Amino acid sequence: MPDKRREYALNAVLALGLLLVPLWAYWAGSPFTITVFTRIAIFALAAVGLNIALGLGGMVSFGHAVYFGVGGYVAGIAAQHAFNGETFLGIAGANQMLIIWPVAMIAAGLLAAVIGAFSLRTSGIFFIMITLAFAQMVYYFAISWPTYGGEDGLPIYVRNTFPGLNTMRPWNLFILCWCLLMLAIGAFALIRASRFGAALMAIRQNPDRVAAVGISPFGIKLAAFVISAMITGLAGALMADLSRFASPAAMAWTMSGELIVIIILGGTGRLFGPVAGAAVLVGFEVIFGGMTEHWRLWLGLVLLLTVLFARGGIVTLIAGRERLG
Amino acid sequence: MTAALLFEQFLNGLQFGLMLFLMSAGLTLVFGVMGLINLAHGSLFMIGAFFCAAAAGLTGNFWLGLAAGMAAAAAAGALIEVTVMRRLYTRDHLDQVLATFALILILSEGTKILFGPFPLYLDVPPLLTGTVDLGLTPYPLYRLALIVAGIGVALGLWLLIGRTRLGIRIRAGENDREMIAALGVNIRALYTVVFALGAALAGLAGALVGAVQSVQVGMGEPVLILAFVVIVIGGIGSIRGAMVGALLVGVIDTMGRFLLPQVFALFLDPSKASGAGAALASILVYLLMALILVIRPKGLFPVHA
Amino acid sequence: MKFRKNALACASVLALGAGVAQADPVTVGLITTLSGGGAGLGVDVRDAFELALQMAGSDAIHLVVEDDGQRPENAVQIADRMIQSEGAQILTGIIWSNLAMAVVPAVTAQDVIYVSPNAGPSALAGAGCTPNYFNAAYQNDTMHEAAGQYANTLGYQNAFIMAPNYPAGVDALTGFKRYFQGTLAGEVYTQLGQTDFAAEIAQIRASGADSIFIFEPGGMGISFMRQYAQSGVDLPIISAAFTFSQDVLPAVGDAALGVINTAEWSPDMDNEANVAFVAAFQEAYGRLPSVYAAQSFDTANLILSALAAADISDLEAFRTAMRAADFDSVRGSFRFGNNQHPIQNYYAREVVSVDGVLTNRIVGTAFEDHQDVYAADCAME
Repeated sequence: MPDKRREYALNAVLALGLLLVPLWAYWAGSPFTITVFTRIAIFALAAVGLNIALGLGGMVSFGHAVYFGVGGYVAGIAAQHAFNGETFLGIAGANQMLIIWPVAMIAAGLLAAVIGAFSLRTSGIFFIMITLAFAQMVYYFAISWPTYGGEDGLPIYVRNTFPGLNTMRPWNLFILCWCLLMLAIGAFALIRASRFGAALMAIRQNPDRVAAVGISPFGIKLAAFVISAMITGLAGALMADLSRFASPAAMAWTMSGELIVIIILGGTGRLFGPVAGAAVLVGFEVIFGGMTEHWRLWLGLVLLLTVLFARGGIVTLIAGRERLG
Repeated sequence: MTAALLFEQFLNGLQFGLMLFLMSAGLTLVFGVMGLINLAHGSLFMIGAFFCAAAAGLTGNFWLGLAAGMAAAAAAGALIEVTVMRRLYTRDHLDQVLATFALILILSEGTKILFGPFPLYLDVPPLLTGTVDLGLTPYPLYRLALIVAGIGVALGLWLLIGRTRLGIRIRAGENDREMIAALGVNIRALYTVVFALGAALAGLAGALVGAVQSVQVGMGEPVLILAFVVIVIGGIGSIRGAMVGALLVGVIDTMGRFLLPQVFALFLDPSKASGAGAALASILVYLLMALILVIRPKGLFPVHA
Repeated sequence: MKFRKNALACASVLALGAGVAQADPVTVGLITTLSGGGAGLGVDVRDAFELALQMAGSDAIHLVVEDDGQRPENAVQIADRMIQSEGAQILTGIIWSNLAMAVVPAVTAQDVIYVSPNAGPSALAGAGCTPNYFNAAYQNDTMHEAAGQYANTLGYQNAFIMAPNYPAGVDALTGFKRYFQGTLAGEVYTQLGQTDFAAEIAQIRASGADSIFIFEPGGMGISFMRQYAQSGVDLPIISAAFTFSQDVLPAVGDAALGVINTAEWSPDMDNEANVAFVAAFQEAYGRLPSVYAAQSFDTANLILSALAAADISDLEAFRTAMRAADFDSVRGSFRFGNNQHPIQNYYAREVVSVDGVLTNRIVGTAFEDHQDVYAADCAME
């Protein structure tokens, strides 16, 4: 199976490249390169989350930015309360990443359970639209909710802490994000190989047949949707710490669009697709954003050409099509 | 609160709804006939407004501008259909979302390069300035004209689809693509025409609304999202559904913005009530959509298939 | 494989950039909005800043400009890059409060100077003030306070007030109410990005107000004014400059004629610096400067004046030079308060048509030497 071998090689290159370039930058004294790669890792993590719903389950969620944003707000709100000693609904603040991460995941998961319970009654284009509408709802709420800054957002004055690491140093924050990304990719692989994952993919291809064997497609899809949102929420918490800022802008519908862009650019449902996609998207922004104010035009053209002529994204382009079954 | 004010707000809701219908009709038509989800529909709205403003600015005539806006949007639509959309009909919705998302980036930046970064000026035609007395309340003549135009287009569309050869083909296309191809209808040309028609309607809406709004890059996206809400409520692919959905969204959104702060004022101080009411009003249409989808997952007027 | 090569190439280019950035001129990073719906404001800020450098003929500043797309996370990333790989020691350019709130705390904590050419969120003016943050424009509330004050001068008794439902909108109404002595006929929050104001205009008609105060920046203001002009409601409007600045006036059209709006600057101000600025701006770009352009022009000259007086490597001395604000402001007088926000005059301007071009001219003074209320909460000095 030469295709499989090429994909393994590509995955290894992506995983190691994502680690080695920042490491080199660390020795060369280029902190900004590390920051860029941290961003890539975080966007990739968010997209790995979406890839479970979209790639495995075929659920085109056009509102995943909401979970990204909610994760960010958990980090922001917890940090603010840890800073000023106030409480959130009686819960004290925290500035420990080890506490914030699970809370961010739970918050995103709970929200996804509610949104998913409504949205999964529909399918196809209705599902795309209703997830977008729910996202808009939360977005407008965040903008007009004054307690945590509304549209101004919520600054995090000191990054949340991790035991034994100074997270203010770019390299330390990067390595945390990289490890979490690798864990999430591992989890994605496990899910894909599990009975749960098999059921999920079977539902995508033929829901009626799955229902006929006595499995509830709704339950499986909802579970996948929640897991997917939890991972994206975790990425949101990391993003807030990277930019030291939580903002409703992270929930804007264009952000949902960008998460989808990352997945399709990389290769839908592919293990390392999100990494490749995030690298290209962030790289494009960093390199061309500095050259021309019209960089969005070029980004649009690249995306368009990818959809039209490079189906399956970067991973497919290099490693060939995936064999199903 | 008086009856006159309620009546005026209802008219406002009606007018807003009819403009949403112009946007939604094209979206739902394109989905119904070609099965295509087009995020770039808002960009066609923007193109209509920009070309109308530019042409009206050059010639000093609003009506020439209106024609230019519609023509430009239709031309852009046809061009997009031939170069891009045509390749997407057989793809899944995911590819369509991404490709049309890319088109938004291209068209927005392209418009900025063409017309510059500052908003353009487009004035109401002299014929339609001022207000008319409707008995209960004076009402802006231009808004009344928008209501009339909206109803007129809706009627025209109804006739077009129900009574003409093109309409028969469109309805046939919705039902069975292979069949009409077998009957010798040039399906490629039909698709281009349908897409251009939807684009022209969006361009018309953009040009009409542009006279009382800011003509600026990005103006299409808020309308686009509302139009999606409309067609989801109405049932995607159904023109009748788009009409009902548009009027529901228009009236409920307008009334919500107007009434909710007053409801909150019964138990909050005015400043807080205004803020809370506005916050709830801004998510009202999305709540409506969620509610309707819970009751009828395929919208109010589901299209078989 | 291809990807990795590109990434490596990109990284090495970035690293090279870091190596050569510390020549003689000081690198100033200008992060502003050059794409999307708010691009007009950023273009004015960039153009005026570049014009100021040209007119000064100074090579003390190496300017790097980048587009934030009006997105906070972009602005943060650009700030990081300008500091970490281009060696920027001074940043400026941000238009929007929410972007400023994302960038300023993080930047100033790294001992980089930030000079605001427009946004002035209250959080950075009061308890959150910091020695590395200078505001060369205004504190957000003050423009609206001036409108409230001048509404008294005009004898308005019963005002209908309206702003978008987001922090800057709430601040606007709070600022107006702080000085306005009449009653309120109505207080309405609109949706951010709203384009149809028919419902609000109907309420205004029914409210029995004798005047209207609005804060609807950008496209919202254009839409409101167009629709208001068609509504047959004929109440006087008072506002802060944002809705009636030179960047949007052509789009608002004659509907804006006669509107009173408050600002700390006006194109017709008769001081030497301003006359030269307005003429040069028109000459260079073929349009009249907006209030954002004026603020950016002052920002550039303020930075130049401080760089001429002190070496930025001695940060304390540089900050002292900045605080002195020893430059010819296009606003006439300009000085900093203890929170490093301006203490300045605020004028009432009227929209007029000069040779067919809509512009503003001063008709009165709302405040002299006005300082924002948050300065008292600032621990500096």
